[in-house]
Amino acid sequence: MFVRGLKRKCFDGEEDIEGTLAGIKAIPSYNLQRQSLLDMSLVKLQLCHMLVEPNLCRSVLIANTVRQIQEEMTQDGTWQMINTQSTGQASLDRLVSTDILCRSSRDQAEGKHVPAYGTFNKDFESDQAQDSSETMSASSVQAPRNLQSNVWEMENPQENKGNFQKSLDQIFETLENKSPNSVEDLFSEVDNSYYDLDTMLTGMMSNTKMGHCDNLETFSTPTNTASNSNCKSDLNDLDHIVEILVES
Amino acid sequence: ADIISTVEFNYTGDLLATGDKGGRVVIFQREQETKSRPVSRGEYNVYSTFQSHEPEFDYLKSLEIEEKINKIRWLPQQNAAHFLLSTNDKTIKLWKISERDKRAEGYNLKDEDGRLREPFRITELRVPTLKPMDLMVEASPRRTFANAHTYHINSISVNSDYATYLSADDLRINLWHLEVTNRSFNIVDIKPANMEELTEVITAAEFHPLQCNVFVYSSSKGTIRLCDMRSSALCDQHSKFFEEPEDPSSRSFFSEIISSISDVKFSHNGRYMMTRDYLSVKVWDLNMENRPVETYQVHEYLRSKLCSLYENDCIFDKFECCWNGSDSTIMTGSYNNFFRTFERNTHRDTTLEASRESSKPRAILKPRKVCTTGKRKKDEITVDSLDFNKKILHTAWHPKENIIAVAATNNLYLFQEKVN
Repeated sequence: MFVRGLKRKCFDGEEDIEGTLAGIKAIPSYNLQRQSLLDMSLVKLQLCHMLVEPNLCRSVLIANTVRQIQEEMTQDGTWQMINTQSTGQASLDRLVSTDILCRSSRDQAEGKHVPAYGTFNKDFESDQAQDSSETMSASSVQAPRNLQSNVWEMENPQENKGNFQKSLDQIFETLENKSPNSVEDLFSEVDNSYYDLDTMLTGMMSNTKMGHCDNLETFSTPTNTASNSNCKSDLNDLDHIVEILVES
Repeated sequence: ADIISTVEFNYTGDLLATGDKGGRVVIFQREQETKSRPVSRGEYNVYSTFQSHEPEFDYLKSLEIEEKINKIRWLPQQNAAHFLLSTNDKTIKLWKISERDKRAEGYNLKDEDGRLREPFRITELRVPTLKPMDLMVEASPRRTFANAHTYHINSISVNSDYATYLSADDLRINLWHLEVTNRSFNIVDIKPANMEELTEVITAAEFHPLQCNVFVYSSSKGTIRLCDMRSSALCDQHSKFFEEPEDPSSRSFFSEIISSISDVKFSHNGRYMMTRDYLSVKVWDLNMENRPVETYQVHEYLRSKLCSLYENDCIFDKFECCWNGSDSTIMTGSYNNFFRTFERNTHRDTTLEASRESSKPRAILKPRKVCTTGKRKKDEITVDSLDFNKKILHTAWHPKENIIAVAATNNLYLFQEKVN
């Protein structure tokens, strides 16, 4: 359904890939579906996290789904496979799936994913250098970013999974502790030079709907902010974030 | 009108209470059948409206507490007044609804306006008399049960002893005495020591209708635990554990989400309980834990659409279910303002629609059908044209007669079995 339509638009302009995938346009591969489900779930968790008070039942169910996918991916070796695959193929898989990330259920009707895809492509190339160095140091909720950085750095998959699990756990922790104190903790790792409100707000607006958008921790990766301005922002989320910034 | 969030008949069925997202409670009363107006039989009119809960702000957590009424439960009537419990995410309130149709007149110390009379004008002593007045229905909060829940309250249930009740949130269940507001007992706690290990939450809880020591609670993993309060003070150990083994052939990434139970209701006779998960309703015999005795598919045609329903969050919709008075029929809601009834003996099921177009007053509802195959017959509706924003989450059945209340977003529909 939505995956079908998505693929057609996604692959405009990618000549060689189009040929290969033309055959499976009607039935997206299981891995692709699974990946897009994983990404969608992670976005939902992130958005959940940004709500004033997340629905615990929903968060738990989504988190369990994510764990399930992760386990299955570990079992059939896809997790490791992601690291060793050629960057071209893998990056397109990533792009397809993160395209879904760009589209919230609100955007779905408007079909804004084409421009998002275009920008995202550029973003990846510019990020390549940044990601590999930043992933290991950033310890906050960065599950989707970790997945993507797997593509670039063919490092220890175990560590990445650890980060992933850790991010999941952190989502739960912060779901539990929705107090100004915990928000300050989140901020404690942030580089102070990025307290420039304008940069932050631009960053927030572009990051709220992107696949690798995290919380307020993205201040540590300024290169992400400028390029992803095509995705629509959620003004309510923005207000809430500004409130927290002001309070802390 | 606000979105209706709960619907509940009282024990006699004469009163029907609805709670909405704005924290208001509206009570409808059935018109009394009189010889002069037999046509009015079965009609419900507004009896009382009051603001039960207001939005609150939790300063400690910087969170707003929604005023939406999650559940209303009536207490059995013990005197002229009616009592009900209504709850939002955090606070339960006991409301007294009483009628006033007489007014005292002829006070000695004050006149009819309420002003004090001049002492020198009082020349004789008189006994105030009761004069009739227009019926006035007053609702007053009698108890407020607050600060006992960290998480969102999803259920309240009055015990058959009519003295205690339970309230359940995502991780804990508390037992209250109706007279005591500053204390409650925690009877179930499934919060893990480390919140990172949380994988299951409580979704609904109910007391057994006849045994005051028994209650059940359902979980997001599709399990039901029956607990006996006589066995221990903290009922973390269940007495019975109900779970249907998973069908490996239909396993998908959504299996757990669609198995999450959104409602659990005991039958009136106390022998069975019914659970609602995303696609089906199951009837369980309390004596058999390994599988339900009956399973009814509510909208199986949605199984192939689970991915889209996950994307638009409809997969998390919490549908309720209810029994009729004799436990012979069960009812639950679906999308497109459809609701379904299942007759347990005959295995007959009906799909009806609650909408203005199809519900002219006194007109008979036409059964609806969703087309699941390619060829659509006349009057059938295809799965893709279903409106997923029109969902019937709350329904209620009169305890004695075949009168049902169906909440369709912000409209309340009352349907009655046709009598000749």
